[in-house]
Parts: sequence; structure tokens; C-alpha cells
Amino acid sequence: MVVLSIVLAVTTFSACSKLLPSMIDPSQGLCGPVSLSSAQTIFFSKGNDQFFANRTAATGLGPFFVATGCGSCHSSDNRGHPFTILTRFGQSDTTGNTFLNEGAPQLGTFNLPGYTPEQIPAGASSTKLIAPITAGVGFLEAVPDSEILALAAANENNPDGVRGHPNYNTLPANITPLNGAIQRSDGKYICRFGRKGAVHSLIQQVADAYNHDMGITSSFLPYNPYNYLDQTDPASAPPAAPEVTSDDFNSVVFYVTCLQTPVQRNPNDPTVQRGNLVFTQIGCGTCHQQTLTTGNSPIAALAYQTFNPFTDLLVHDMGAGLDDGYTEGNAKTSEWRTAPLWGLGLAPQVQGGYTYLLHDGRAHSIEEAIRLHGGEATASANRFNSLGQTDKNALLTFLKSL
Amino acid sequence: MKITILTATLSVLFLSHQPVYAQIDSTLLKSSTPGDTAKRSLTMDAIYNRPFLKLGKTPVSIGGYVESNWQKVSTSGISAGNQFQFRRFSLFVASTISSRIKFLSEIEYENDPTGDPGDAAGPQFEIEYAALDIELHPLLNLRGGMIVNPIGAFNQNHDGPKWEFTDRPIAMTQMLPDTWSNTGFGIYGKHYTNHWMFGYEFYLTGGFNDSIIDNTQGKTFLPAAKSNTSRFTSSASGTPMYTGKISIRNDRIGELGLSFMSDVYNTWEIEGAPVDSKRSLHVYDVDFNTTLPKSHTAITTEWAWIFVQMPPNYTPEYSNKQFGGFIDIVQPIVRGKILGWDNASLNLAVRGEYVDWNVGKFRSTGTRMYNDLWSIMPGVSFRPSSQTVLRFNYRRQKSRDITGNTIGASIGPTAGFNFGLSTYF
Repeated sequence: MVVLSIVLAVTTFSACSKLLPSMIDPSQGLCGPVSLSSAQTIFFSKGNDQFFANRTAATGLGPFFVATGCGSCHSSDNRGHPFTILTRFGQSDTTGNTFLNEGAPQLGTFNLPGYTPEQIPAGASSTKLIAPITAGVGFLEAVPDSEILALAAANENNPDGVRGHPNYNTLPANITPLNGAIQRSDGKYICRFGRKGAVHSLIQQVADAYNHDMGITSSFLPYNPYNYLDQTDPASAPPAAPEVTSDDFNSVVFYVTCLQTPVQRNPNDPTVQRGNLVFTQIGCGTCHQQTLTTGNSPIAALAYQTFNPFTDLLVHDMGAGLDDGYTEGNAKTSEWRTAPLWGLGLAPQVQGGYTYLLHDGRAHSIEEAIRLHGGEATASANRFNSLGQTDKNALLTFLKSL
Repeated sequence: MKITILTATLSVLFLSHQPVYAQIDSTLLKSSTPGDTAKRSLTMDAIYNRPFLKLGKTPVSIGGYVESNWQKVSTSGISAGNQFQFRRFSLFVASTISSRIKFLSEIEYENDPTGDPGDAAGPQFEIEYAALDIELHPLLNLRGGMIVNPIGAFNQNHDGPKWEFTDRPIAMTQMLPDTWSNTGFGIYGKHYTNHWMFGYEFYLTGGFNDSIIDNTQGKTFLPAAKSNTSRFTSSASGTPMYTGKISIRNDRIGELGLSFMSDVYNTWEIEGAPVDSKRSLHVYDVDFNTTLPKSHTAITTEWAWIFVQMPPNYTPEYSNKQFGGFIDIVQPIVRGKILGWDNASLNLAVRGEYVDWNVGKFRSTGTRMYNDLWSIMPGVSFRPSSQTVLRFNYRRQKSRDITGNTIGASIGPTAGFNFGLSTYF
């Protein structure tokens, strides 16, 4: 009877799938990949493992770094937490970074034992940046340059004074332009990633993140960041073997490229729908473009897709309050790329139950973030402040549903 | 439908059970298996309190245990399916060299994916224990060789057949580094008076290295040092690790153990030149076990606190404080003759666990760091004899990463079933 009891228990419990957790609802934050072939799924899975792997000194971490792995800044492929905030310094106008010989553009927040902590050189301006959301970035990359230029052109006569423009930047020598990229007469390309929108492609973004955030060399950036206070420039010697292999690197690029877009929650809720209407009426949607369309893509699921990122991928003057005196590419110091709002309501889930919004997390609520909008967004922010409480609440409910 | 047929078939087989023996009865061999010695021993005796077979008139005894299981576990709805695992095969060899000089060794094959999933994961063959004991006085024994550090009770008393759960306690294996053994020397002793027992242990051994704050787990992880097998011959810091424990037991109340471990864990000097400052770690542990006399309910619990001195300007992903432990409650519901076994028992059991790998607050925000885990694991076990256990466990677990996020492929709600066996031989 005893053994029978155990056998019965085993079979009964095993058959009861309710005792095992069900798949997480994608709208709650676990986006997963777009539709992929079997071979692509295998490569995506490898990228997932690499993305969430923690690096050690033996596997290339440091000596100066911000985080030990991609997942440290992008928990659940979402936004970052202030504990992994990064500091950029050395560029105060569009002529470029003048502190590259002193460790710019990024400060190693942390260092391995035995190394001198890095410091911002005297005279260098700086800003702090929280990692943006990762989910859906493959869709953003697949937006054609022509669509970005069209969005910029549409701003030309905007009565609110919105004058967004693409951030043109010079590509590093070993970064290949995206398919269909439009080169400006000065040789610069439209860029779209990062808080300043100064990074051209996900390959460049991943290479920068490995190198600047984790201190890991790749075939794209073969030298470690260094601290000018007690080291010579490592680029004075031939590069060693990359600390991330090309296969691992490519798998991470493929992983982030293929992440599904965040899913809106309760889109049919009347309050959410009312909030969406208010969002458009007060002009938020001019910069936070609700809908974009991708062009061609080697990944079928990303090609010719209409999606809802709530960004125009342009940089806009956000006023003196958000001017940290630092910039990248041809953006001015007060200009920031329109942050995609998708996944906004999920931010507290990866920020310890709190909210840290805008580029450096200074806004502790969506409402505060809106109030801190200045410059080209002043008119919209003023309209928000003038809204009745019902419409204001509806707008905030809508934003939290994203 | 298939499950119903399988259940019915198995039911018929078991209900029509006849004593047909297909195995050699190893009890025909000379056995030095101890009886129920629990009432007159301390946890520190666990290393010797195991069943041994004596080989004829030789002074050598051998024994061992084995653990194997099936499990199906799902995290955030993602499961690797049915897994069949052979976690451990351990072989003990003991020798009484003279009346007060003894030697014991334990060689183990271990491949426990749930035990230490960090740098030490994967199959390992290792000598876990090989030490010589010389008794000068009951209160003063010398022990030297490769010893199991007496930090907590589980590290000393971890044999699979002694537990009603296939998985080892998470706090003991993924926060503390059980089973944690090192080369070194020390002393121990015991004293008995009526219903009271007192024991102490103190050892100087090799210890940890920098991997505890530089590992693939991305968190302060003492078990990472287990992969450094060179610690058996070379200490990373060149300074001894101190481990001590005192235990007190009353036959009616139970046994309380208080233990500590202290070490300089980093390589701070290379070829005589200082390259870093010395950084220490301290572990404090309290354990308690008792059996309620009337109900025979067994309660075992252990909680540990870890303090690690961190390098300056180091990432908070590696925490300087950790805390965790577990409590097991085992209730026999049928004892006596079952299915022809004279001293069998059927038990209900439950284990509660909590671990916090990042105790404290972020300097950047002043808000709490998370990276913690709760688990509750009810189970049923059947012991045809005290040395063999069949156990069925069901785990429900919740965890958060350092930011408090509960959704991910490796964090979030976890649940699973586990059926396993473990036996001494």
C-alpha cells in the first residue's frame, strides 16, 4: 500500500500540469523572440545564454566596467536600474570627443581589484545614462532611413516648434552601414540607438556595450578601455585575441535583433483608449510616434511590419533642464533621441518597484517625467499640466499600459 | 489514459507482491552497521556515524551511498522536461589503525545540477574527506588531512539517505559551499554528563579564493571556490582559514550548534610584493535539531550569515552580506512492519527555505537589493529501513533578481516534482 501510494502520488501529481507554473503572459514582460525558423531559434537561444551570462576577469571582464553581463542592465530585456547607470564624458559639441586619450567616452564605474578607480578628467563635461529597453530594437533597426527622414521633414512647420532631426554620425571603420542606409554628403550616416541616438546599428551597439560597459574586447573594438591615471593606452600594442568570440558576439546581436516588441496591456480598456486619445490631442505623439513601419529585413518576421514603439528615432531639443552639457554625434547637448515608450508600464518591475525615467532616472514617476519635458516639448507639457484630472489620469493609465 | 493504465498495472504488481528475491543479500556479509545512535551522538559524529561493512578480520571497513532521481521542473513555464539524474555515488573507507587512531576517507562522484550550478557544475570525482584522527583524551583529539569544515550541520551531515528530500538545501549549497572540505589540521573533543553532551571542533585549513567575488553566477558565491582544486595544496591568501564549532545536546531538548568560519580569501601578495589589500570573509551559522518525544516529529534547521569584505569600487552585484537557511519537519505517519520490512516508516515531510544573496541597499538609490528566493517543498518518503529512502517531493519556489524583477527564464515562479532514491550500502 505504501509503495502504491507513492506510485499513485507520482503519477497523479505528474499529470497535473496546474501544479507547474504556466508560461508568463508576454504582456507582463517576457517578450521572447519573433517567429523564427528552427535554426534561427537555436541561434537565438545561444544568444540568450550569452546575453544573460556573467563575465569574469578570466573571461574578459574589466578591468573597468559598469556591469558583469548584458542582463545586469537589461533584466528581462527591459530598462536599466540606477545601480548600472553609466557615465559618459568628454564631448560638449558636435565636433567630437576631445577626451578620447583620457578614457572617454565612458567612465568605468567599477574596476577589478588592484586597479585605480577611473575619474572624469578635469574640464570634461559628463552625463549619466540609464540603459534603455532592449525588447523590440530589431524592429527599430529595420525602419528605413527614408522613413526617419520623412518624420523629420514633417516637423518642418510644426506649430509647437518641434524640430526633430536625425543624429548623423561618423561610423567606426569596421562598422558596415545598414542595408539601404543613406549617406550624407559629409560621409555621415543616420544613427538611431542610444539615448543620444548616436549609434548606427545593433552590431555597433553590442560592440560598444561589450567594450564600454563590460570591458570586453571584440573584433570590432579590440582594445580594452583604460584609465589614463595609471595606464598607457593599450592601443599602443597589437591587439590580443578578442575576449568575446565572433560566434558569441553574433549570437547576441541576433538575440537582441529578434526580440519581440513589448505587448500593450488592456488596450481595449475605455480609460486606456481615452488616454490614447489625450496623448494624441496634446501633441505627445508628434515625437512619440505611435506607429512605424519596417522595411526589408533578412529576418522575415521583421520585414515590412507595422509596430508601435512611440518614438520617431529623431533627436529633439528638450530644453535647458535636460541639458547636461554632454553630447554625441551631431546632436546638441540639450538634444535627446525620443525615447520609445513601449514597456513603460513595466519599468517598476525591473527597478525595484520604483520608477526611474528620463535619460538618467531623475524622474520618479511618469507625471514627473512629463513635467521635466522642455524645449520642443514645452507646449505638450503645458497642455498636460492644463488637463483635467480625469484626462490626466486617463493619459497616465494609457502610458502605464504600454 | 496511458497514465491510468500504467497506474493500474503497477497497482496489480504491487498488490500481488510476493517475497521473490532476485538480489544477493548483502546482510549475509559481516556488517558493522550501527544501530540507532542518534541519541548518543552529535552532528559532528556524522562523518563516522554511517553504516560500514567490515571485511573479515581486516581493520578496514567500507561503505557508501548512492543517490538518483527523476525530476520535472519548470521556471516561468519553461521546462527541460523529464530529467533522470544520477547525482552521487560515494564510497567510504575507514580503518582503525589502533584503538585510538582512526582513518576515514570518502571518495565521491557528484553531478548535481541543483547543488552548485556555478563554476563547479558538471560531473566531479573527488576526495571529499581523508583524515586521520588521534585521540589523546576524549576532550582532545587531533584530526589532520582533508577534512570537512564544521560550518553548520548540513556540511557535516549531508549524506543523501539521511534526508527526506532529493535536493539539498539551497542556502547550504548555493550560499554556503556545502560540501566544503579543505586540507588542514585541528582538534575536537566531546564530553558527556547524564542527558547532556558537549562537543567542540577547531581547525586551521586552506580556504577560499577570489572566485567568490568573480564568478559566472554574477553574485557573491562561496561555492565558486570549490572548483579551485588547487586549494588542497595551495592557499590563495597564504593565511589559514579558521573554522570552529561548539555543539550542545540534551536528550530531551535537542542539539544546538554554533559555528563560524573566517578567512582571508584573496591573493594579496605575489612573490612577496603586495598587490592588493587583504580581504576577509566571515561566516556565522546556527543549527538545531530535535525529535519531539510523543509525536516523533523531527525538526532540523540551520541558518547562516555571510559577511565578505569587498574590494573598493566594486559592483554591487557582488554583495558583502548574505543570509539564508532552511527548516525541515518530518512526521512519521506509519512505523513498523510494512510490506514485509520490519522497521519501515512512511513519513510526511516539508522543507521551507529562504536565501538572500544581496542583503542591503543600493548605494545609488538607497533602495533595497533583492536577489532572493523562497521555497516550500512538501514531500512523502518511505523508508524500508533506516538506511534506504524513497522520496517524492514537490517544490514551489519564488525568486527575484537583484532589481526585484520576477520574470525571466531563470528567475520567477518555479515548481517541480522529484522522485528519488538514496541508500547506504
